[in-house]
Amino acid sequence: MTNANPQLNEHGELTHLLTLEGLSREILLGILDRAEPFTAVAEREVKKVPLLRGKSVFNLFFENSTRTRTTFEIAAKRLSADVINLNINTSSAAKGESLLDTVDNLAAMQADMFVVRHASSGAPYLIARHLAATGRKHIHVVNAGDGRHAHPTQGLLDMYTIRHYKKDFTQLSVAVVGDILHSRVARSQLHALTTLGVPDIRLVGPKTLLPTEAARMIPNAPLSVHHDLARGLAGVDVVMMLRLQNERMQGALLPSPQEYFKSWGLTPEKLALAKPDAIVMHPGPMNRGIEIDSAVADGRQAVILPQVTFGIAVRMAVMSMLAGGGAAQ
Amino acid sequence: MPPIPPVTELIERLAAQMRPAITPGSVLVGIHTGGVWVAEALHAALGLTTPLATIDVSFHRDDHHLGGGLRSGGRVSHLPENVEGAHLILVDDVLYTGRTVRAALNELFDYGRPGRVDLAVLVDRGGRELPIAATWCAYVLPEPLPASESLDLLREADGELRFRLGKK
Repeated sequence: MTNANPQLNEHGELTHLLTLEGLSREILLGILDRAEPFTAVAEREVKKVPLLRGKSVFNLFFENSTRTRTTFEIAAKRLSADVINLNINTSSAAKGESLLDTVDNLAAMQADMFVVRHASSGAPYLIARHLAATGRKHIHVVNAGDGRHAHPTQGLLDMYTIRHYKKDFTQLSVAVVGDILHSRVARSQLHALTTLGVPDIRLVGPKTLLPTEAARMIPNAPLSVHHDLARGLAGVDVVMMLRLQNERMQGALLPSPQEYFKSWGLTPEKLALAKPDAIVMHPGPMNRGIEIDSAVADGRQAVILPQVTFGIAVRMAVMSMLAGGGAAQ
Repeated sequence: MPPIPPVTELIERLAAQMRPAITPGSVLVGIHTGGVWVAEALHAALGLTTPLATIDVSFHRDDHHLGGGLRSGGRVSHLPENVEGAHLILVDDVLYTGRTVRAALNELFDYGRPGRVDLAVLVDRGGRELPIAATWCAYVLPEPLPASESLDLLREADGELRFRLGKK
């Protein structure tokens, strides 16, 4: 294979979805466009279309997740696929070998697609490479979150949500707020926002979670770093909150949750600094009273629940794009 | 082969054939994209008061593996609130293999169980691959068109419809 991007086949089409990094604007917009008609499927008498009929989708979750697994499951089922859920709690030892052994076993059960979540960055890529090296290129891999690396479908559904409410990416100011250092969601969002031409992307968070060098994490991207919430939010069109991962509260990176909320929690007063029609997004699950005030989470500017609904359509679009070939006979 | 009559004339013929079967509840369902244009013209010619419905068959196409694929751009089906028991008339520009009609029927039944479904087409080009026939057809080509040739309905900037014969 001469192709440098392991997600694309020899025709330049998406065959795995591992990361949004390196995907062209055309591919990103193509996925968003394709997701649009799927939003209507849920309103039918029969909430199913036959695009993945007869295909087997394995949800391979090596790390806990309820929401993401459920939305992938619903998406696959609405495409008429058979869905098998596997929640595999990894022991830290022997991860590499057992991971590929698991994959080989499931591939022997005629899997057509793996939806993979793993605590280690690069695990989905490892699986995709292994499948290619062993002559099973027809099996597709979707990354449902790997370590601190990427969460591409979350990034895509966020872009879908932004486009739904704001139409044009090229006029927007977007603030990404919170634990950016540890966030695979943030990484996927930043790559997508950059590729889609957002001219003002602000990374907002405390110094311990957001080193100043973060502004250079994507070459030539319009990123700026703000260590002050008020300044970061001033005049923005979109506020993308990140979940503060409670487990990190234990370390030296942060003071108490109360103190974090005081400096970095999104309250109605802080939100008032953004544009009056700014939207507030959150990938969930929310920590009310830590990174977001309930008055904002339930307020008129929040689009957090629509994000969940759009997430199903976006995942249907991705899965049908990867494995839709010949499904609807 | 003699030229295909002008589309305006075909619409008139088709409307005349359909008129006796139209009831106050009959709904025209145009199949994207050409069928929607024909349905709009028929809707006016028949003076229907029920809203015009449209249907997109992408979800049910059987040629994804042949590069048919899903077309994007937000085209979706707009069907009546209540399909249950309704008289629906599928409208398309050209009837060919019958696969589009098969897909449209599948799509329709995702919304409910219609009482009756008819099919109205402007031109039958022959070449059926499924046991599907039109209820009404304005013009049957004297000989089936070879698979190497295409027959497309075009809409000009001024809204005028015309057929174009071409090579695939």
